[in-house]
Amino acid sequence: MFPLGIWSYIIGGLIIGIGVSFVYILTGIHSTQSSLFSSTMSYFSKIPYFQRKTYLDSREWRLYFAAGVILGAVIYTLTVSPDGWWTSSVGIWRLVIGGFLVGFGTRLSSGCTSGHGISGVASLSTTSVFAVITFILFGVISANLMTMLGVAI
Amino acid sequence: MNSRNIVLFIGGITFGFGLAWGGMSKPEVVLSFLQLKDYGLVLLMGAATVTTFFAINVVPRFLKEPILGGEFKPRTRTLSRNTIVGAIIFGLGWGLAGLCPGAALASLGIGNLPVLAGIASMFVGAYAMGRFFG
Repeated sequence: MFPLGIWSYIIGGLIIGIGVSFVYILTGIHSTQSSLFSSTMSYFSKIPYFQRKTYLDSREWRLYFAAGVILGAVIYTLTVSPDGWWTSSVGIWRLVIGGFLVGFGTRLSSGCTSGHGISGVASLSTTSVFAVITFILFGVISANLMTMLGVAI
Repeated sequence: MNSRNIVLFIGGITFGFGLAWGGMSKPEVVLSFLQLKDYGLVLLMGAATVTTFFAINVVPRFLKEPILGGEFKPRTRTLSRNTIVGAIIFGLGWGLAGLCPGAALASLGIGNLPVLAGIASMFVGAYAMGRFFG
């Protein structure tokens, strides 16, 4: 069940939780990820959907937050990482098509693995619980379909 | 940089560090979870959620409001057809790319440059959603 062991997962999860909690206790903000795509679009698009108050109010901190996420992974790689810089071998077409579906789906659903998964479930939101069950179920279906079709990675 | 942005920047660094430590920044690890070969990401998401549960549900009993101002309000959304249809589409994409939004950013941080194509696609997908269904 756990070919890579359990501790890196538990420690990683605790560190993520500490980051989210730190932001919440200081500011009351739920530091979630996928709204970044829509809020950043408000700088470029006049479409009313992107000009909503929630995106205008959050677009600046979401960019600082995203820059932090990237930098945090850089710091990990330069300090405690056992394998250093790392490149995935998942095919580019999977990233492009999958990425489109992730961007579209998370915004339609109003949340992703962090918004529904961490902050929503921690808020005891039944909506988020339904969303999490749904995206994990369809993630499992999609990943196994790829395997069955013989697409290795 | 105001104090709120500094807090979000530090919180982001912590979040990204944890994603990298827990391996979620590697699409291969996410895919092995979704292929039901390695259940470790359940532990990662569980540990993150339990920690956050205390911040959202217990800390406000001792602290009237956030230290830098604002208000404590749990994150709730109204369940609609879009919540579920969106989650289905997201799940299908997640199983294809092995990336969710936060993990994609962290993946860039561990040196996985091809993920830029995935991140660009996420922006395009979010734009299409807002443009045609927003």
